Amino acid sequence: MAYSFDWGTLVRGWPFILDGLATTALLVAVGMALGIALGVVLALARLFGPRWLSLAAAFYVNIFRAIPLILTIFWFFFLVPLLLRAITGNPYAGVGPIYAALAAFVLAEAAYYCEIVRAGIASVRSGQMQAATALGLTRWQALRHVVLPQAFHNMTPALINQSIALLKDTSLVYVISLNDFLGAATKVAHRDGTLVEMYLFVAVTYLALCSLGVWLVNIFKRKQAAG
Amino acid sequence: MQYSWDFMIYFKPSLTGEGDYWELILQGLGRTVFLSLLSWVLALSFGTLLGIARTLPLRWLSWPAAVFVHCFRNTPLLVQLFLWFYVVPELLPAEWGTAIKRMDPTLGQFLTVLVALTLYTAAKAAEVIRSGILAVSSGQKQAASALGLTGPRAYRHVILPQAFRMIMPPLTSDFLNVFKNSSVALTIGFMELTGQTRQIGDFSSQPFEAYIAATVIYSLITLSVIGFMRRIEKVTRIPGYLGA
Repeated sequence: MAYSFDWGTLVRGWPFILDGLATTALLVAVGMALGIALGVVLALARLFGPRWLSLAAAFYVNIFRAIPLILTIFWFFFLVPLLLRAITGNPYAGVGPIYAALAAFVLAEAAYYCEIVRAGIASVRSGQMQAATALGLTRWQALRHVVLPQAFHNMTPALINQSIALLKDTSLVYVISLNDFLGAATKVAHRDGTLVEMYLFVAVTYLALCSLGVWLVNIFKRKQAAG
Repeated sequence: MQYSWDFMIYFKPSLTGEGDYWELILQGLGRTVFLSLLSWVLALSFGTLLGIARTLPLRWLSWPAAVFVHCFRNTPLLVQLFLWFYVVPELLPAEWGTAIKRMDPTLGQFLTVLVALTLYTAAKAAEVIRSGILAVSSGQKQAASALGLTGPRAYRHVILPQAFRMIMPPLTSDFLNVFKNSSVALTIGFMELTGQTRQIGDFSSQPFEAYIAATVIYSLITLSVIGFMRRIEKVTRIPGYLGA
């Protein structure tokens, strides 16, 4: 083992790496917030919507879950600028790859969150819905005030797990050269010739962040088991 | 939208002179299927060993297995792939590193992806298999030992056959994940289905047709695997248990 490490590369590249981490955080935050929101809408459409809507939602979910995320990212990388040009009428309108990545993650993660929400709603006993409507709540009110709060309580661990997966998946934006954490680290590594140090550092950081998530999941699970 | 569609693009010769575009798609598909199947078989075997190790009362076995599973499940696959591709050859003894770098590039890329994908998938499969083993009722384990079946034989004849029949659905989704995850191979230059698709989109300047073809192929394969596994699940369902 003749490799001589140069950890100074971390210091020299630090501001740029920090920018990358911020991009990763943005992707995760937006992917989670909008992904869960759209996932709830999709799940409600699948469970309670009219037949055509429920079939459309199922089709959406199955397609996005069937294709690799990298392929979804490529789709939006090409689609988003074209759509934007069509809408604005400006043939040179461009968007940063960040919007393509955000669109890809929100729409793809929504499909994954939808399945979790669907299972969460299914885990609420049907008597709850009947009791709520018997008390005079409309179906929508019963969902909003009785079923969904219980469902969210049950599915919190699964939602966090999916968000850990989302954090790991955001590294895939590497394929459209976006400067997320991995992308920024790669650029510093190529500049300084320190691929070994950088990738080890990146791996350890992701491991620490994901372990934090796993720890959270365990806390929630223990709470649920106790309560 | 100013886009000129041309669905005959699949039958036109590639700019690279490697054949028609449909031949390139087929070659990419072949690589994707071969890579994911081989990786799945290896990951399932290794994952089974890890899963069993995690349920054993021997701490010197169950602890390393738990650490391995935690580390390989909680780092991105892409980062693991880069570790195997860029980092490991540097840290190995110099002759080994040189030997790896002198390998035929396509073979080298294939083996690297195979290792990365297999270990990542094995860690995921290990958790599923462990939960399956824990789900076998303790009466079965006691009955096995009452019949004189010792550790390995109890696992082989009583616990594992039941565990595997219970975890069919999560194993199916694990397999579909290997199939989709194999697309990370394009980042180190191994041209599987997604990589070929991007190349065709770039060369032919018909990205939509290329991506439509890939999307249809991935969806069809996923749907057929799900349909096929539903049948197998029906046959292998344990009588007396609620089906998933």
